[in-house]
Amino acid sequence: MKLTHQDFDDVRVVCVGENRIDAACAIQFKDEMRALSDSGPARILLDLQNVEFLDSSGLGAVVAALKAVRHGQRLELAALHPTVQRVFHLTRMDTVFTIHTSVATAVEGIANAS
Amino acid sequence: MRPEGNLAHQNSWEVCPQPKEHELRLILPATDAAVRRGLQTIKHGLEPNGLAADEVASLEIVLAEILNNIVEHAYADHPEGLIDIRLSQADDGLHFLISDRGNMMPGGEPPLGLQANLNCDIADLPEGGFGWFLIRELAHELRYAHVDGENKLSFRMAIGQKR
Repeated sequence: MKLTHQDFDDVRVVCVGENRIDAACAIQFKDEMRALSDSGPARILLDLQNVEFLDSSGLGAVVAALKAVRHGQRLELAALHPTVQRVFHLTRMDTVFTIHTSVATAVEGIANAS
Repeated sequence: MRPEGNLAHQNSWEVCPQPKEHELRLILPATDAAVRRGLQTIKHGLEPNGLAADEVASLEIVLAEILNNIVEHAYADHPEGLIDIRLSQADDGLHFLISDRGNMMPGGEPPLGLQANLNCDIADLPEGGFGWFLIRELAHELRYAHVDGENKLSFRMAIGQKR
């Protein structure tokens, strides 16, 4: 599982380098996300622009990553491909997560708000 | 042995209501890696059908969930198992028959796959159980039977219909 991250003032952007989060890599994703949120600032932005496909195991791992954040820490998502968006929409998980159209809008939004 | 499941009335699987031409058949080892490759092969094989992107997305979601379940549950104790996938295009969509020789589904029926309740604290959100919900949302005429030690699951994806 290739996860890279870049830290800004109050947000850590975690980019998934793989094109799928599926049964084959879901557990690894969950563990690596947990390590990155443990050591990260109050806001974590998961950049999914490379992820073309996510199955129910992958969705479960993203939910697990949300549940693993510290008290007061937030996990948000950005740049969902249509198939990934579809899985979030069908399962109504799009009502649980804050989803940004792109990393740029998410980070810009943060800058404008502060 | 009496066949279980809602296909018990069907005596022979050889009587296929759909035309056999343009049938694609794929036999995969029951591993996560082989499932990944198999999904790519099927998507590639269907390229001449000219499916729309959202049709391919629905297909990949349903197939991935069904095949993952076979790897994780049906063949939980049999890593050497095989999965047999047959698909054919008909006027009303793509018809699938997926067989394996692993464990029978619990109770002889596929799970209901109900929508999870998300009106709860984040700590209580479900991390699983989405698979059968997605399958049942996107697939039509889902039927399952366990006959002579074999699981047979058939369904139709309403995609690539003749217009």
